[in-house]
Amino acid sequence: MESEAVASARARLGNSGAASLEFRGVSKRYGSGPDAAVAGTPGAVNDLSFAVPAGAICVLVGPSGCGKTTSLKMVNRLIEPTSGQILLDGVDVQTVEVTALRRRIGYVIQQVGLFPHLTVGRNVAVVPALVGWSKERQRARADELLSLVGLDPSRYRGRYPAQLSGGERQRVGVARALAADPPLMLMDEPFAAVDPIARAGLQDEFLRLQKELAKTIVFVTHDVDEAIKMGDLIAVLADGGRLAQFGPPDEILARPASDFVARFVGADRGLKRLSLRTVADLKVEPVGQSDGLPRFAPATKLRDALSILLVADTRGGVALDEAGKPRGLVTVDEIASALADERVGTDARS
Amino acid sequence: MTTEPLVRWDWLGAHLGPIAGRVEQHLYLTVIAVAVGFAISFLLAALSIRRRKLYPLVVVLSTAVYTIPSFAVFVVLIVVSGPSVLSAEVPLVMYTFVLFVPNIVAGFDTVPWEVIDSANGMGFTRGQRWWQVELPLALPLVVASIRLATVSTIGLVTVTAVLGDSLGGLGYYILDGYHRTFTTEILVGGLLSIALAVLADLALVLLQRVLTPWVAAREVAR
Repeated sequence: MESEAVASARARLGNSGAASLEFRGVSKRYGSGPDAAVAGTPGAVNDLSFAVPAGAICVLVGPSGCGKTTSLKMVNRLIEPTSGQILLDGVDVQTVEVTALRRRIGYVIQQVGLFPHLTVGRNVAVVPALVGWSKERQRARADELLSLVGLDPSRYRGRYPAQLSGGERQRVGVARALAADPPLMLMDEPFAAVDPIARAGLQDEFLRLQKELAKTIVFVTHDVDEAIKMGDLIAVLADGGRLAQFGPPDEILARPASDFVARFVGADRGLKRLSLRTVADLKVEPVGQSDGLPRFAPATKLRDALSILLVADTRGGVALDEAGKPRGLVTVDEIASALADERVGTDARS
Repeated sequence: MTTEPLVRWDWLGAHLGPIAGRVEQHLYLTVIAVAVGFAISFLLAALSIRRRKLYPLVVVLSTAVYTIPSFAVFVVLIVVSGPSVLSAEVPLVMYTFVLFVPNIVAGFDTVPWEVIDSANGMGFTRGQRWWQVELPLALPLVVASIRLATVSTIGLVTVTAVLGDSLGGLGYYILDGYHRTFTTEILVGGLLSIALAVLADLALVLLQRVLTPWVAAREVAR
């Protein structure tokens, strides 16, 4: 039902698709002179190179001061790099007129930054207004986007930001960033200011939305768990703005490139990998007598399944298929071996 | 000495025309002073925002000007420029600076950095950002300073009566009543001046409600 609404909204909205993004030897130094710290200065970035294919979510993660926000803001040129190039669909962003560039890039920040003096509807339509859409088209667009992020337009379009909850404000922020159908979105800790339960809801909802919209997204967070959940690709930045590792979440958890990355992702990285897989991914033995055993829906994360098995202290649980029929037996050993025999997991025990 | 009544209603009835004329002059002197004072103060505030180091100096000068007794200024000006509208307006305008400048600067200071950041990030030009974001968000304090300056100037206009009978607005009646020991005139001048200030303030409150509907929404939400 939900995804039907999303799909029809998307059909009506049209979709300009996504753009590829590439960092090529990008550095940002603060201060001046030969001593201008390459390392040490918070927010500095040192020779950053990586590529994000169109339609992927790339998470920049690292400790505070590692330059992740600086990197994000160099994409829409709120900060200009000292050297290097950033290519959007192969075009150096330095060669694009700066306001035109920014109007094509969605921008969401932790503090949201909604305009307090404009209604929700007009906040969402800010970029369409800047690029000269008719009032009617602006209004229609705002209504469509509010529906898309789960806010009833008739209830919300006339309100002011002060009359919204933190989670509602953040949704409006996302709707506003999507308004001109940008091929790239920059999101700087977008869900960090809301409480953990609302945050998980916003993350899930955003991932659902992204399945339909398939935008290219650069997402900054300091939270490893959020990075693993949201990212198709993760760039781990170390102090001094150096790229410590770049790759899909599972690879970073399975094979941290350095002690720094291993420490940063945490000693529980094996468990974190389990949260990337579900019971449906598991090969299972035929189940015999299954009375009294825990039962797992296909979408249950292996991490949760393991936790339930450990608490229940049983020999295993029952994996159900989509129809809710028993598919086979899930055991602790089976879950543990799932980490070992995956293609990227060869040295997962190291 | 015959005992005069406090208010001679017959005098009042016979002078409705001239009284209306004085009310008009009072408003005219006030509007010019507030408008010119606002324009100059806005430039001083803009300068202070751009060059933050100048701000303390601007405040000190505005305050210093405010400490000069109006009576002394009028005495000097009557020698320089005679009993003219100019002589009346110069001090009235000068006294508004200290009311306008700090409030205008504070108004622009209330614009949250994240709002500026997201305006930049969405591709506002500098001019668009100023007109569509910063100015509207500064308006509550800017309009508050206009209220303050208007009420203060309406009071001060009465003092311009010392420049001569052709000036002073309702202050003419206060001064004339004082010279003639005629309470009716003093009361007419004083009470109408107070009434003007109250009405002008109410009008500006309404203007503020219309210009910044989101402020009321914020207060209800709290």
